[in-house]
Amino acid sequence: MISLFLLSGLFLGWSLGANDAANVIGTAVGTRMLRFRTAALIVSLFVILGAVISGAGASGTLGRLGAVDALAGSFTVALAAAVTVTWMTRARLPVSVSQAIVGAIVGWNLFTGVPTDFNVLGRILATWVFCPVLAALLAVLLFLPARALLERLRIHLLELDATTRALLILAAAFGAYSLGANNIANVMGVFVSASAMPNLTLWGLPSLDSTRQLFLLGALAIAVGVFTYSRRTIGTVGARLTRLTPMTALIVVVAQSLVLFLFASEGLERWLVTRGLPTLPLVPVSSSHAVVGAIIGIGLAKGARGVNMRVLGRIAQGWVATPVAAALLSWAALFFMQNVFELRVVTPQRYEVTPAVLEHLASRGVVIPEVEALSGSTFTSAASFRRALPATGVFRREPRMFAVMNAAEVHVTRIDSLWLPARLDTSRFGAGALAAIKRLHGESFRHRWQLNEALAAQSEAWRPATGWGHQALNKELNRMREDVQRTFAEPADSP
Amino acid sequence: MDILFRRTRHLERQIDEYLDLVVQGGLVFKQGMRYYLAGRYDEFEERLARLDRIESKADELRRGVENELYTHTLIPESRGDVLGLLESSDKVLNQAAFNLKEYSIERPAIPESLRPLFLELVDAAIAAQEAMVLAVRAYFRNPAAVRDHVTKTLFNETESDRAGERFRREVFAMDLELSHKAQMRHFALRVDSVADLAEDVCDRLAIAVIKRSL
Repeated sequence: MISLFLLSGLFLGWSLGANDAANVIGTAVGTRMLRFRTAALIVSLFVILGAVISGAGASGTLGRLGAVDALAGSFTVALAAAVTVTWMTRARLPVSVSQAIVGAIVGWNLFTGVPTDFNVLGRILATWVFCPVLAALLAVLLFLPARALLERLRIHLLELDATTRALLILAAAFGAYSLGANNIANVMGVFVSASAMPNLTLWGLPSLDSTRQLFLLGALAIAVGVFTYSRRTIGTVGARLTRLTPMTALIVVVAQSLVLFLFASEGLERWLVTRGLPTLPLVPVSSSHAVVGAIIGIGLAKGARGVNMRVLGRIAQGWVATPVAAALLSWAALFFMQNVFELRVVTPQRYEVTPAVLEHLASRGVVIPEVEALSGSTFTSAASFRRALPATGVFRREPRMFAVMNAAEVHVTRIDSLWLPARLDTSRFGAGALAAIKRLHGESFRHRWQLNEALAAQSEAWRPATGWGHQALNKELNRMREDVQRTFAEPADSP
Repeated sequence: MDILFRRTRHLERQIDEYLDLVVQGGLVFKQGMRYYLAGRYDEFEERLARLDRIESKADELRRGVENELYTHTLIPESRGDVLGLLESSDKVLNQAAFNLKEYSIERPAIPESLRPLFLELVDAAIAAQEAMVLAVRAYFRNPAAVRDHVTKTLFNETESDRAGERFRREVFAMDLELSHKAQMRHFALRVDSVADLAEDVCDRLAIAVIKRSL
């Protein structure tokens, strides 16, 4: 059954390969510096390596935007995104797989009534603006010194050609690795919460956990997309936007790869955190956005004459249309899945409005009479809870809704410290954090926030950080919390 | 690095050798013309034979370079431009060789009084050719310098036009047979066409160098 549902993820992977690989090698193949087969081979290999080795960084963010928790739901979300991408590609609109999948997940949230975390959505939307701007900036920062250097060095045209070719191969490999690391979350991210496979060990290599197996499958699908279709999409963006020389083609690939890498690297994030520097959110960004940004950056550095404004306008239209189309399509497809095929697209979730919940909300400054009126009620799905809340006044604002629904969500945990070594990867926790869990032995919690508060009361290690670099530290804290919640989870109807 | 550049360096040398031959061709033409006007026909014929050898060697080199550029798909973006430059500069050399041969065949009698003017025409045409070769060389290594050499070429081409026109006016003002006048005009235009062809190369270069700029 899992393999059937995964098909749509593989379809999405294929469309990512067909579409985004063109961004990595398009300029190199378009300027005829690399043969398509050589380029495709390099890209396929490094996409797989990037996805399996460094793919985990960006996938957490998508999970937090909407934890699509039923396989049929994941299937439909990925399918909606894949259809949107394929459709836009055929319509010759430059398209971003990241935008399609984010749109489709929001469509799932809308359909199921699960509240959207506007913090995460806001961060993702901000990267859609920030990513091309950063790519443009990097491209300019690479272009100006490169031009000055080349004028000074007076390299022979033929030597320049050979050097550029070698560098393009390296850049394509780096770009593909970054693409795999950053964008595998787009392809397989929605399946992470919904599927669990046993660990797999191949030929004595380090064993692959469920997530990495998914990523490997997705990366193989991307590779197939690269070989079967990307040839047709190569050069559509780059060539139409402005004329590129081999050297500027190289700069475009490097700038784009750097951007993808920056938004996917957990290593870089840790490095920045330990030095007290601000970090970038690890979000799947679009290689299409980055490429367009880099090309425009070079165009501007050259004096903006060469940039085709009409093509740019069309690209901008595509950027608005993609997430909207994917969200609508996802919503409609989920409706069909649930009502026509009677498949479960969301795992039922209990919500309880108890005095404890109201008190918790009040302590966070959320006091709403309409919610207090519901005190004592329980709901069996996000949609029914949402219907009970009036869609007026403060509830029109999704962040409020998100806070209320998160507080009321039932997630029963019972701490049994005997399971600690067997079920939890204790190497990720410090001594203080582990001691706190042990001290809570035997206690039960009905809501996630109750467990979080109890842990925070026990140890400094469980309290959210503030100040420089707190975002990355809190991300790690969230991961630890999720681990504990998963490990000690019990069915919702137990006392 | 050596592996990366082995083929490239070989090709670079071939292109440089080819351009050396184009320059040498111009110098041999100039010498040949001086010997012809001085009536030193043996030395003139020796120059003609040498120019023929230079020309065929240059053809051979040019074909080799073109072949290698295509078979190894080198400089895909600029290949068309480079081939165009090599072929059109070859035409300049061919024109010089062809001219010298015509002198050998027709042996036109250039009046004594017009010889300094004729030499002026030859010098200007060959100066244009030399500046053109510098421009082509700069295209490969230092595109920023192409403009200077192109300007020099165009200046010499204008000088050669001017000298050619003066020569023809003076020929037709002289008391000579019309057939003789017509032959003089033909030979003056022939020499001038070396500079014209060098100008064509520079026109190509002006475009190619824009495409090469980052």
